[in-house]
Amino acid sequence: MEPLLNQLPIGLSIGAVLLLIALGLTFTFGQMGVINMAHGEFIMAGSYTAYMLQSRAGGEAVIVALPVAFAVAGALGWLLERLAVRHFYGRPLDTLLLTWGVSLVLQQAARDIFGAPNVQVVAPSWLTGRVTLLGGSLPYARLFIMGLAAACVVGVWAYLNRSRQGRRMRAVMQNRELAAVSGVATGRVDQLTFFIGSGLAGVAGVALTLIGPVGPSIGTYYIVDAFLVVVAGGLGQLRGAVIAAVALGMLNSFAEFWTDASLAKVIVFVVIVAFLQVRPQGLFVLRSRRLT
Amino acid sequence: MSARLRGYAIFAAVALLVLVVAPAVLPPFRLDELAKYLCFAIAALGIGLAWGQGGMLTLGQGVFFGLGGYAMAMYLKLHDAGGDLPDFMTWSGVEKLPALWKPFADPAFAIAMVVVLPVAIATLLGLLVFRQRVRGAYFAILTQALAAAFTILLVGRQGLTGGTNGLTNFYDFFGRDPEADGTQRLTYFVTAGVLGVLYLAARQLVKSRFGRLLVAVRDGEDRVRFLGYNPATVKTVAFAVSAGMAGIAGALFVPVVGIISPSLLGVVPSLELVVAVAVGGRYALAGAVLGAVVMNYAKTSFSEQWAGGWLYLEGALFILVMTLAPKGAVGLYEQARDALARRRRTPEPAAPAPQQETQEVPA
Repeated sequence: MEPLLNQLPIGLSIGAVLLLIALGLTFTFGQMGVINMAHGEFIMAGSYTAYMLQSRAGGEAVIVALPVAFAVAGALGWLLERLAVRHFYGRPLDTLLLTWGVSLVLQQAARDIFGAPNVQVVAPSWLTGRVTLLGGSLPYARLFIMGLAAACVVGVWAYLNRSRQGRRMRAVMQNRELAAVSGVATGRVDQLTFFIGSGLAGVAGVALTLIGPVGPSIGTYYIVDAFLVVVAGGLGQLRGAVIAAVALGMLNSFAEFWTDASLAKVIVFVVIVAFLQVRPQGLFVLRSRRLT
Repeated sequence: MSARLRGYAIFAAVALLVLVVAPAVLPPFRLDELAKYLCFAIAALGIGLAWGQGGMLTLGQGVFFGLGGYAMAMYLKLHDAGGDLPDFMTWSGVEKLPALWKPFADPAFAIAMVVVLPVAIATLLGLLVFRQRVRGAYFAILTQALAAAFTILLVGRQGLTGGTNGLTNFYDFFGRDPEADGTQRLTYFVTAGVLGVLYLAARQLVKSRFGRLLVAVRDGEDRVRFLGYNPATVKTVAFAVSAGMAGIAGALFVPVVGIISPSLLGVVPSLELVVAVAVGGRYALAGAVLGAVVMNYAKTSFSEQWAGGWLYLEGALFILVMTLAPKGAVGLYEQARDALARRRRTPEPAAPAPQQETQEVPA
């Protein structure tokens, strides 16, 4: 029984990482219909930002790294939106391929700048150690990531529901044309959405440095699962993303426990397809009268 | 009529080039490489059908490619072992031949599985997914997740699949030495022939009523549903056909290249196939084939010079194609032709305009 309980905090922490990544995706994918394959590379940008800062200023710089990574990744995302993505609205499948091209270039650029081998990021001293939680032992770093994910969710929720800009964002998501004729500058909202969504990927990138080494392809390990979270949670649905991320994290962890890592991914895939039989549009659906 | 004749003439010219000129001119090594590109072209043809005609962006064709490849490779391994265990199983400590492998000792079964397995999995997935109206980006993400899960499974099951190394070291290909120039030549001709036949078949399919329906589903799925057709069936059939093509491509890839491994069929190779189709021109089957051959040729020759540069080039090329020429190279030709035709016509409209007016008065 005890090893089984052990999986619970592990699943939670996988879920927290997935949530941090999917939070940004659910913005850009759900809100703008853009499938951003370069999201994984924005994660990488965040990770390398943390690496640069912490290798110069020590592990404690992680606190500084968080906002800086947010800004760096956000700026990259904003540039991507300005230069390319905005010409592609209404062609979601094409954005997928376009952003994949961008992700190839960014990955190779990272390889040329930082070198192909993984680098280790200095961890802050106060995050070494473990805590016993729910019958399992959990490193402080994992706990920190859970806290970070929770904080990001609260921040995003407050932004969406308690700020003017967030309200505009929701308006554009629900009906772009109607928002536009009501005086919302949809283009500006799109820019901001992309900035925030990509910035969150940068934050996720900093979080990833706490649990493993950083490499040019760090983003690719998580991006597929993060997309599954968005699909299962429902487009642009904060609640859906939270529930789906935790559920997927748990499923991953328990499936690995009962079978092994190689079969776990297949099980996750089968469960997702089965789940889509019941809820083809994910957990929560934005009601609309729109016919595709 | 003339357009149709020209189509046949181009096909005949390309066939002549591939079947007569290339084998006469190219050294065996390059010919073998061309055979590899033609394998990818077969898979790309399937993508052209599913994505270009049907609008289903499938990012998991590597899975079907792999199923076909592994089915073929399993037979070859068992044949080489001659009743014993295949070499890699002994290395990874497997003592008894797994039940999954047993039927693949029969070549007829293995060759049937090359098509049956991909088609079955694609049909199952298609039925489950399309019936629930899961489409567009959702479908793309699901197929990508399938590709990711499939490679992780292959790598993890070392004793069953050869793990990261995949299946390789084949010594006997239907009674021939697979490394011999003669065999390489033969597999080249077989691959080219299969590509030609499948191309003509796919073209026929596109021109048929089914093909029209498929394009209609791509452009307005709900309208097709209102007309009384079931889009899910149409899409599933197209997806299954494209999966079968990928399976055949994978099976041919094994004797041509001599290996099948997870790194050849994961998320990135699957995406690269789609990229090739997009660059060649997704809306024309010929564009898909052309794209696969040219992109893979470019990749090989460019990587020989500067390995890292290829990724920059591929990424940049892709961004450019998606932004400037979403219809790909074939579409670019059409764009240029239309622009030229428009320029030729511009001086004329002054004359026919009054004629039209006089025609409209009695009506």
